[in-house]
Amino acid sequence: MTEQTLEKLKILAESAKYDVSCASSGVSRKNRPGTIGSAAGWGICHSFTEDGRCVALLKIMLTNHCIYDCAYCINRRSNDIPRATLSVTEVTDMTIEFYRRNYIEGLFLSSGVVRNPDYTMERIARIAKDLRNVHHYNGYIHLKSIPGASRELVNEAGLYADRLSVNVEIPTEANLRMLAPEKDYQSIYKPMFYIQEGVMASADERKRFRHAPRFAPAGQSTQMIVGATNENDKDILRLATTLYQRPSMKRVYYSGYIHVNSYDNRLPALNQSPLKRENRLYQADWLMRFYGFRFDEIADDSSPNLDLEIDPKLAWALRHPEVFPVDVNKADYALLLRVPGIGVKSAQLIVSSRKFGRITSDTLTKMGAVMKKAKYFIVCGELSAHTIHETGEEFVRRVLTDKKPSKKMPDKRQLTLNFTD
Amino acid sequence: MITFRYDKTLDGLLTAVFDAYSRRTFPDVLLGTDDDVPLFAGEIHTVMSDTEKSTRVWNGLERKASQGFCDMLLHVWLSELPGADELLLKYIVKTFADVAGATMNHADDDVRRIRQIALKVSRERLHVIQFVRFQKAADGIYFAPAAPLYNVLPLTIPHFCDRFADQMWLAYDIRRRYGYFYDMKKAVEVTLENDENLLDGKLDESIMAEDEKLFQQAWKDYTKALTIKERLNPRLQRQNMPARFWKYMPEKNR
Ligand code: SF4
Repeated sequence: MTEQTLEKLKILAESAKYDVSCASSGVSRKNRPGTIGSAAGWGICHSFTEDGRCVALLKIMLTNHCIYDCAYCINRRSNDIPRATLSVTEVTDMTIEFYRRNYIEGLFLSSGVVRNPDYTMERIARIAKDLRNVHHYNGYIHLKSIPGASRELVNEAGLYADRLSVNVEIPTEANLRMLAPEKDYQSIYKPMFYIQEGVMASADERKRFRHAPRFAPAGQSTQMIVGATNENDKDILRLATTLYQRPSMKRVYYSGYIHVNSYDNRLPALNQSPLKRENRLYQADWLMRFYGFRFDEIADDSSPNLDLEIDPKLAWALRHPEVFPVDVNKADYALLLRVPGIGVKSAQLIVSSRKFGRITSDTLTKMGAVMKKAKYFIVCGELSAHTIHETGEEFVRRVLTDKKPSKKMPDKRQLTLNFTD
Repeated sequence: MITFRYDKTLDGLLTAVFDAYSRRTFPDVLLGTDDDVPLFAGEIHTVMSDTEKSTRVWNGLERKASQGFCDMLLHVWLSELPGADELLLKYIVKTFADVAGATMNHADDDVRRIRQIALKVSRERLHVIQFVRFQKAADGIYFAPAAPLYNVLPLTIPHFCDRFADQMWLAYDIRRRYGYFYDMKKAVEVTLENDENLLDGKLDESIMAEDEKLFQQAWKDYTKALTIKERLNPRLQRQNMPARFWKYMPEKNR
């Protein structure tokens, strides 16, 4: 490695940093003799930057030159920024060297579009292939599929990558066309579909031939930018639900829009990235994946946007007082999960401990339930005088509203960014 | 009051369990062999560590409970927290006595404490796996210093053997002054006679591999370039990446 590579590394990291999908989870693979690396199944964060974000992968662009001009992107062709291109060996060497030092879980490679989508996609696939075949690298690889890439090249990439992704970026097609005139839904959904087909075909073959090649075993993910266009949270969550219904889709990421190209007046002039909203969307996403909530329970026509003051689970509970109070000594798992303050862990503990004795408010606390919240929504024998029916919804809402983070309290705004599947 | 004295090893603790059953007296207090005996100690029994006895106890536990459960006990032992040994002894006796699987009862205080400690230790294990950095020396061996809060290095070795199978490395606990050397076949525990030069956790430039410094610099510059200045949140950084690990991390150093 040379000083010159180091300069390029800095430029291309700057260009890649707004892509949030950095998790390395979803695949578990032991080391095979004579190879380097393994994949741990759950994502391992190896560092945290000063913005508090996890660094799991060497997230980098092959090049930040681009022939397109997407309004929300720092690398659009009309921007005057330093540009650089890494060679295939530069990327593979850096990945291996960083990996051997336990800096990273693997590589996350994306690229601006040079010449045409296929030319770019070919080089991306080539890097993954070299890592696997020349360097016998067995760690994690996430490749970004270039919008508009052909089926052959997506298939080639899928043979070597653990995960592939194509970013939706803008939730509705009309807005996408407005902000990214060279892209349309076809160019995004087609590669997504190729990936899905590849994953399913390989799963099918592996049932019959144990050694049939794997295809992107960690599936695919995508990202939506939040706050650059006028879609409401219901639109966003509906699209996320549709995406999750696709067999290979593992994660949808939400990225609060950062006003990088302030000169472009097709974009709203935000002086602050909508972090709170982004956080609420992740919470909603979490509820859909692990708590059995439907998107239209979380955001419906009467409240199409998530409440920024309280989390979406509490908001749902306040809209549905008829469900409560829940008897923790009797209610089934699914119903326990609906109680604000009771999470997956405590719900499981409650179910597994009940046979040894009655659950009291004391045991609930010990099991990690947040009684400050839960007490308005449960009965457990001794306390029942203060449920939401006695106090009223307005009262509960007022006491449980997030306070402005004070100087001394740790800032929990981004805490629920979860990196596991 | 009944007091057992033992050599503060895991073997010793398991032998103490064995002795308790054969003597039919269960200790209220555990003391180290070198600890002062309090004035009114009552009955005192000194445990002689015996691997045969300790193995029998451990095998008995494995038969009685799941692998995950035994791992949990091992985690608690490695916490080295004061009182953890007494808690373990009590809990192991409970496990042997128990018929209905009451060790799963999370409303029980001992069960809860065991779980809490095990959780803390396994978090620290994960921290080591996350934040330990390998530095390449001129002879090709990678040096990985750590100073974890609990004695978790042994719990991380299988992970590192699997991941860094084709390079030689030395993972070293600087606080407890022992480590593991991996020779591309297996990892063996080592204590080094002259480890003074390793204790600051940084390879001296004179024995670094040629590119080592450049890669450390590259990693540091890279993580800096990744930071989104519009979203700075150092408190969150500290919360996710405890400052006690920073000393040996190039991105926070030099
Ligand atoms: S194609 Fe990708 S890199 Fe190019 S301008 Fe659009 S978003 Fe940016």
